[in-house]
Amino acid sequence: MATMTETMGTRKKSNFSKTILPYMYLLPAFIVMGVITFYPLAYQLVVSFTDFQTKDLRMGLASPVLNYIGFKNYIDIFTGGLPVQNFEFMRVLIYNFWWAITNVMVHVPAGVLIAVLLNSEGLWLKKIYRAVFILPVVVPPLVVATIWRNIFDDQYGAMNQLLTVINQFFGSTAVVHLHWMTDYAAPIPWLLPGGPLPPAYYAMMIANFWLGWPFMTVVATGALQSIPRDLYEAADIDGASGVQQFWNITVPLLRPAMIPAAVYGFTLSFNLFAFVFFMSGGGPARSTEILVTFAYDLVRNLRLYGAAAAFSVIIFVVGTIVFLITNRITRATESYSEAK
Amino acid sequence: MSAESSIPKKNFLVRILTMNTSNQKSGRSLPLWRQLLLQLLTLAIGFEVMFPILYIITLSLSSKTERPSQLQLIPQEISFIGYQQVLTRPTANPVSFLELLRNSFMLSIGVGLVALLIAVTAAYAFSRFQFKARQILMVLVFIPLLMPAVGLSTPLYLLMNSIHVNDCGNGVTAISPFFDCAANANSSLIFNLRDSLLGVGIAMISGALPFAVWNLKGYLDTIPHELEEAAAIDGADSNQVFFLIVLPLAIPQLAVTFFLGFIGHWQEFALPWLFLTKPENYTLSMTLYNMTGQYASSIPWNRFAAMAVIVALPVAIIYIALQKYITGGLTTGAVKG
Repeated sequence: MATMTETMGTRKKSNFSKTILPYMYLLPAFIVMGVITFYPLAYQLVVSFTDFQTKDLRMGLASPVLNYIGFKNYIDIFTGGLPVQNFEFMRVLIYNFWWAITNVMVHVPAGVLIAVLLNSEGLWLKKIYRAVFILPVVVPPLVVATIWRNIFDDQYGAMNQLLTVINQFFGSTAVVHLHWMTDYAAPIPWLLPGGPLPPAYYAMMIANFWLGWPFMTVVATGALQSIPRDLYEAADIDGASGVQQFWNITVPLLRPAMIPAAVYGFTLSFNLFAFVFFMSGGGPARSTEILVTFAYDLVRNLRLYGAAAAFSVIIFVVGTIVFLITNRITRATESYSEAK
Repeated sequence: MSAESSIPKKNFLVRILTMNTSNQKSGRSLPLWRQLLLQLLTLAIGFEVMFPILYIITLSLSSKTERPSQLQLIPQEISFIGYQQVLTRPTANPVSFLELLRNSFMLSIGVGLVALLIAVTAAYAFSRFQFKARQILMVLVFIPLLMPAVGLSTPLYLLMNSIHVNDCGNGVTAISPFFDCAANANSSLIFNLRDSLLGVGIAMISGALPFAVWNLKGYLDTIPHELEEAAAIDGADSNQVFFLIVLPLAIPQLAVTFFLGFIGHWQEFALPWLFLTKPENYTLSMTLYNMTGQYASSIPWNRFAAMAVIVALPVAIIYIALQKYITGGLTTGAVKG
């Protein structure tokens, strides 16, 4: 850039291009964002201090019946004062983190193992497997959620039918009738202290597993290809077993690629709106609700606009904290990979 | 293993099982028993992957309107009646499939193009210019990426809702919030920005724009500066460099960003479902939602399955056609962002 502006002629001209021109290029984006992002953000903050409801829709902030109620919306959210059933903020928050973390904890190891499996030399039909295993990435998550919603249907769902078929191998003729999406009873009651996990959680974990691991496999496959082969050959000569090679060569060298992918997967699962909304709608009794689906429910169905705005501000704060933490993790691994 | 297999007198079965099945001359050998074990594993994973796909395709090709009582993963019949019914009458509302398709395409293409157009100059400025407020402005643009799209839906809903056109009678129209009808006038609502595809599109751009800037900036950072410097030496000014050199070079990435956006907007559900109330404005993903769960007690599953396949198809085709570029585009954006 420096050489470019110097050769462009007089000093004056380069000063002009240095000071004004960048802002001209940024102007369209900032005008648009000002109107549809920053102004709404500010508006949201103001609305979060009011009791904005359907009655105020016509007049907006100028509505004569609109009251400024200070931090009441925020206090109500944290103390359960909202006129909403089955909602406790901390339970939903803990569940949201649990949901995202458990997803990543399953997707990443599965993705790496499958990538290693596909990478074994001389595996028959490798190309076909590679093509088939990418399919879940290709199907829109929204469609995936609707398909799995029907698979877990208690009456006609394929999962119960599959379990019935498997049962027959063991000599049982009983028809399986698990109420995946509607049952409250927790199969493993002690698993999460914030509240029990209903069968719907496990159903969603299974469905999201289907959706999640292929992406991790794609990332891991790319990283595997950059590991020099002679490392393994040297390990072979030294007599290291396959398992030892996996832990001492593959895992450390995959880490720089997998940690950003895991962080990406975490943020994605953390805010997985359409999937959760389509599959369980947060039910039964809000036990699989995550922050974004609850925020949506507040606007769309409960129409508590003031509380919804306050909740969105809270989501924004939580999102920023999550970003700062994950960003630090990614940065730390970046320097780790450079040090290598 | 290799030491054992060199012993000549050996059981036939053991010899078969330890025979190398790897075609590669160099590298390690893969004995048959291991090959079979790995095949078993990959087949199991293949089944896991194919299970829902086969299930939904089989369902969509069935002519039975009653729900499946038995698991079927391979079509017993090939009937397109489910597709036919979805195409002729997708919902109980008086809206045709073509209208739904048009709405979905208009939203995804419109939002993608507008976001791209606005984003490209901003991405160029962030990538190539050094200026005082660069850091602050970049943080400002990328802040919305921290926030889930649903987080902005409340104010967007309220603000869009406040913009409407009223017919005040006597041939007078008023655009709120700028003008309102006289208090006593018998006004009727003609147009509400919130309840229109235009409003939804504008709201969706607020999520699409930061992503497009981020993605394009990541790519522009990887284009070497030499060409631009050479052009500058030849006397091109900054605008000429941008329009004649950088923009043509960035076309592949513009396309990738557009298609990535398209994939996202095609599935956009939260905002349309919140904003739109008129059936003629519905999109395909909204229709699909209406066909599942609690709303769907009367909809035959073959029709639902056909709809699921139809909604998935454009995304799947784009993905498969552009797979290489899409993963490449995402990673350059991710590494350099």
